[in-house]
Amino acid sequence: MTYHANPARLLLEDGRSFLGTALGAPGVALGEVVFNTSMTGYQEILTDPSYTGQIVVMTYPMVGNYGVNSRDGESERPQVSGFVVREASRMFSSWRGEATLDEYLRNHGVVAMAGVDTRALTRHIRSRGAMRGAIAPADLPEEELLERVLAHPPMEGLDLACGVSTPRPYGLSAVGEERFHVLAYDFGVKARSPRILAEMGCRVTVLPADTPLEVILQEKADGLFVSNGPGDPAAVERAEGAILALSARGVPVFGICLGHQLIARAFGGKTYKLPFGHHGGNHPVKRLESGTVEITAQNHGFAVAMDEGSRIAGAPELRLTHVNLYDGTVEGLAHRTRPVFSVQYHPEAAPGPHDSLYLFRQFLQLMEACRP
Amino acid sequence: MPKREDIRSILILGSGPIVIGQACEFDYSGTQALKALREEGYRTILVNSNPATIMTDPELADRTYIEPLTPEWVERILERERPDALLPTMGGQTALNLAMELHRRGVLAHYGVELIGANARSIEMAENREAFALAMRRIGLAVPHGGFARSLDEALAIVEEVGYPAIIRPSFTLGGTGGGIAYNLEEFRNQVKRGLEASPISEVLIDRSVIGWKEFELEVVRDGADNVIVVCSIENFDPMGVHTGDSITVAPAQTLSDVEYQQMRDAAIAIMREVGVEAGGCNIQFAVNPADGEMLVVEMNPRVSRSSALASKATGFPIARVGAKLAVGYRLDELPNDITRTTPASFEPVLDYVVVKIPRFAFEKFPEADPVLGVQMKSVGETMAIGRTFRSAWQKGFRGLEIGRSGWVVGRDLREDGLEAADPESLLAALRRPTPERPFQLKRALEAGLSLEDLHEATGIDPWFLDQLRRIVETEGWYRTLPEVTPQALRHMKREGFSDRQLADLRGEGEEEVRDRRRRWGIRATYNVVDTCAGEFPAATPYFYSSYEDENEAQPLEGPKVVILGSGPNRIGQGIEFDYCCVQAVRGLQEAGFRTIMVNSNPETVSTDFDVADRLYFEPLTVEDVLEIIHLEQPLGVIVQLGGQTPLKLARPLAEAGVPILGTSVEAIDRAEDRERFAEVCRRVGATIPAHGVAATVAAAREVAGRIGYPVLVRPSYVLGGRAMRIVYDEQGLEEYFHEAVRASPDHPVLIDRFVEDAFEADVDALSDGREVVIGGIMQHIEDAGVHSGDSACVLPPYLLTATEMDAMRALTRQFALELGVVGLLNVQFAIRDGVIYVLEVNPRASRTVPFVGKATGVPLARLAARVMAGESVDRLGIPRDPRVPGVAVKEAVFPFNRFEVDVLLGPEMRSTGEVMGIDESFGMAFAKASAAAGNALPEGGGTLVVSVNDRDKPTVTPIVRRFYDLGFTILATRGTHEHLTRLGIPAQRIFKVGEGRPDIVDRIVSGEVQLLINTPLGKKSQYDDYAMRRAAITYRVPYLTTMSAASAACDAIIALRSRAHQVRSLQERLAGVALP
Repeated sequence: MTYHANPARLLLEDGRSFLGTALGAPGVALGEVVFNTSMTGYQEILTDPSYTGQIVVMTYPMVGNYGVNSRDGESERPQVSGFVVREASRMFSSWRGEATLDEYLRNHGVVAMAGVDTRALTRHIRSRGAMRGAIAPADLPEEELLERVLAHPPMEGLDLACGVSTPRPYGLSAVGEERFHVLAYDFGVKARSPRILAEMGCRVTVLPADTPLEVILQEKADGLFVSNGPGDPAAVERAEGAILALSARGVPVFGICLGHQLIARAFGGKTYKLPFGHHGGNHPVKRLESGTVEITAQNHGFAVAMDEGSRIAGAPELRLTHVNLYDGTVEGLAHRTRPVFSVQYHPEAAPGPHDSLYLFRQFLQLMEACRP
Repeated sequence: MPKREDIRSILILGSGPIVIGQACEFDYSGTQALKALREEGYRTILVNSNPATIMTDPELADRTYIEPLTPEWVERILERERPDALLPTMGGQTALNLAMELHRRGVLAHYGVELIGANARSIEMAENREAFALAMRRIGLAVPHGGFARSLDEALAIVEEVGYPAIIRPSFTLGGTGGGIAYNLEEFRNQVKRGLEASPISEVLIDRSVIGWKEFELEVVRDGADNVIVVCSIENFDPMGVHTGDSITVAPAQTLSDVEYQQMRDAAIAIMREVGVEAGGCNIQFAVNPADGEMLVVEMNPRVSRSSALASKATGFPIARVGAKLAVGYRLDELPNDITRTTPASFEPVLDYVVVKIPRFAFEKFPEADPVLGVQMKSVGETMAIGRTFRSAWQKGFRGLEIGRSGWVVGRDLREDGLEAADPESLLAALRRPTPERPFQLKRALEAGLSLEDLHEATGIDPWFLDQLRRIVETEGWYRTLPEVTPQALRHMKREGFSDRQLADLRGEGEEEVRDRRRRWGIRATYNVVDTCAGEFPAATPYFYSSYEDENEAQPLEGPKVVILGSGPNRIGQGIEFDYCCVQAVRGLQEAGFRTIMVNSNPETVSTDFDVADRLYFEPLTVEDVLEIIHLEQPLGVIVQLGGQTPLKLARPLAEAGVPILGTSVEAIDRAEDRERFAEVCRRVGATIPAHGVAATVAAAREVAGRIGYPVLVRPSYVLGGRAMRIVYDEQGLEEYFHEAVRASPDHPVLIDRFVEDAFEADVDALSDGREVVIGGIMQHIEDAGVHSGDSACVLPPYLLTATEMDAMRALTRQFALELGVVGLLNVQFAIRDGVIYVLEVNPRASRTVPFVGKATGVPLARLAARVMAGESVDRLGIPRDPRVPGVAVKEAVFPFNRFEVDVLLGPEMRSTGEVMGIDESFGMAFAKASAAAGNALPEGGGTLVVSVNDRDKPTVTPIVRRFYDLGFTILATRGTHEHLTRLGIPAQRIFKVGEGRPDIVDRIVSGEVQLLINTPLGKKSQYDDYAMRRAAITYRVPYLTTMSAASAACDAIIALRSRAHQVRSLQERLAGVALP
């Protein structure tokens, strides 16, 4: 029973504290506290490398109901710094399930917490903004913990992408006939994106974030995919050269999330930190070209800046293609002349709705059109 | 795309009377649709035969027609109003079928009326199971394998392939009427026959059995630009095999991984596109094999539904309102999310709580009916509970069900939980048959230590749910054995969802004791907001549920405010009428400058629409739950007299806790309800009441009945809807009653009244401020005394009462109001025989007839009553003292006899689920309209009348039959009746009763040779042949009359149908006194 279990505390940098019980691995977890409103897909969220450095709070109160398995991970292991739920199911029920959430967190050393009034916590973050925090045993003195929280580096200026990128290149062969060869720049890529490309007939070469430009230019590629990833895009400088050089040669470039921000920055755009980010699976995004609305999966704390005229600030070569209907932020852009486009959200879903899978097809069409 | 300018007027079809499978949810959706369309400037025309609805309030539409929902009558309205468009998706299956019939007959094309929201092609594809199966195959989705049969032979060929158990579903019926599960050939034959008869196109679908598979529903909305959103996912606690209306359901889905959920979402979107639903909401049901995730599409409803009402309340996304706007051309992203007001409606709500819906059954009213749940819906209402966890919502749900349980607790004995024995084999055997008691059987099984595997095997219920229930049982055990209760432990139990009463019982304490300790420790309910977005954005709409969390989000409402207690889940005897009264009260109080707070737990209703009252607490109506709200809000007072018995029962405990009760005092309520005290009141006002007494034992009852003389009317004290009320003719009957029907005790004695035979009954609804009394209306019952007033047809104004009699009733009503000090509504029931006026009951509260009176006279009694309760005087409100009815209004009751294999004879126990109203210039025509609206259309063209009545009724029936003969009917009569009629010179032919020879009455009914049946029971217990005959009449839709007064009225009606113009007239025109051209 949760009532008897080990008491734990979530302490935020502004001093607000939430009590609950320990879940997963024992110890202290530090990170930026963000909330995610998805009602399903906790395993995909836990394993999403974009959550590196963050303590994720699930707003849906009953988590772990269908367990975890060896198929739904977006990377090899959980990537979050910590995990907070209202309640973790002590058992799971699903023909796909293999272990309980608690077992999984414990086995992977993830410090987590249950029993928290996650709605109060969410409302606090919503009104005060995402902030640093720690999960720790409740008996750890609060002042000591607060010091550790304040000593933890804030998200701005952090290059976390290199830390989660693959150490060495690896390839995925095309499913069926190979139609294209795509280079995927890994800044913390979710497994689903290269897999979709492979399923659509692309051979995918996933490259580490620190791959030198010369190596990239030597690869014979039909397209460049710039992945999602954690941290502040302003701190990630390596992709710029490849985006500019390949697109100048007429090689299509497609970016997602951090990749989208890097593309914007490569052409002069600016990025900034949102108050509490977008993390969930229900944001409406309008595709300006058709006027249709997509329900999208979102996970980002930074965004590309827009100017008063609804243009991409500082990047006249780029045009706005998608806009968030919740807060009007930039959700997609395209280069006016080069075969470059990107979206802030996650068309690969996992977790989330599949409304935007067309973007991968669009990438393939572009590669087809640009084939030398 | 902005709204369409090429249409200006829109006709909306309601769903008619409340029946099983179609309840208040369509009043909710229709009301939302009317509001949504009117604010866009469209002229709205509403047709609905149900006067108890909010939607038929004359303010809501430009033209309100309370007319029968039949193609003939609606055509007259189309001819008169010439609307540009018809919105068929808001009135359930009734509206959809009616719209399709008008389309097929070419009526819509003739009058140039366009179907909006769903077109005929999509409706056809979604509703016709064969076309739907083909459509699913086109998009690569599977349906439960099977086939369509139009005959028994075809069905037998299909079942050879499908195997047993097989599911039989008739095409185009409501709520699965006529469907069933067959486990063997014999059952299969019977059910196919019944299904073919139930289907208007004589077609049944034979499904592969997916019994035990997991069942899910998605509520999906699509706009004209092909944007599709899933508003809510729902997982059924009870797996496939139990109709979703009878299942406990949970939102959102609990046991689907994102991979599986997205697959289901993709399928739903593909289905919307393939079926081509143009603009609006749909409900799609899926079955999932728990072993391998195989997903089948079970069905789709191209309209709003009970589930969409539930989804709207569960998420805060108003599907009907949005659907209506989409139907006139808007896109989702052009509409605001009404809760956040800053974000658009083109999103998918996310929940940070769990919603549990629990159905409410009425088998106590139909003891002969089979309580095993299957594919045909049997529940009459439902309650919804919102909690931060599944377990807390589950507990709250059972509290809100109002079945005398303080949460998920077992009954006092095995019988209450539908059990004979409590050994594991007996428990598992009981659990294999789903019944309303299954949740309590599960608790007993968990307490007995049965394993989740065994329980899953027996019930098919997902192990995750079973484990949640096991946790509750474990938590109880832990709390029960605590050496002492600490604040931490108590807070933990409250957070787990236990009520004070449950906690008291667990440790042998008193409820007050637990409550006092809890308050001393400062453990109070917190309230969270239903905000559609899990806290991501601030919410503007005040829609709350209770929790025991760290933070309370509800700040007390500012200004003078009044709490209105709603009526909880629908049941027989307490339904939409009281929701109408509560919503009217909100309006009245708002007009008078008060702020209103609604408390209710019924997701179907208009009252739980978050934009009706200034604030909504979606909570069970128990003393504890209400007191917590009062503690937070500190209102001026609470209104308890408008929601039926539910809030009335709370009046005393609330008053004792110091809560101000607005209107009639608790003391006055007690004086009217307590039989002894009531007799004293009657003496004081000089009213005559039938001889009476009270008895707690069968011996005392024998003594009382012996003294006052048989027949006697017996009933438990404090009931509504005539629960366990019976007319007893002798001592043997009295003993049977005590043994079978009631559990009398000194606290709950049985009331015994002399039954006034052969009397007329009348009902008076009145309003008083304690000084002045306004008579709202006098209604004369058409059935004789002895038929429950809720089941009897009635007419306003009366047609057989003298002016003297009516004056006497008015005077008595005034005296009762003043003597009791009624502030608010009052209902008095009278019986009149040989010029003597007996008072049967005085109810100082809203009665079931308040909405009917309101529609007939145009005086909104409930609304005015709320203002009077809040302190205004009758004088100041300027109400006419004796409102006039523009024409004649007839109310007719509607019964669930097509659902339950029970006898159709009427008695003092109420069994109707709903009502309709017919209004016209003459009694005959009004009765004809009411009959047609109740689905009992009288044979205008004549035909064959079968008469079979008991000796007592033979003299009375003779002149009636003669009138039918004069109208050209062929008269068939059973032996005794035949002899009597021929002796008096009425040409009649003899017909065999069942067992006398063939062809008998039933054969004639089956072969369609009978157009009307008059039958009264031959004795105390009806003979089997009578029963078979009445059941056949129900099955083959032959209008039947079981009382002489109804037979006489039917005759008047047929004369009116033949001699008068079939005119329709809107309520607005009638009430304004506009003459017909």
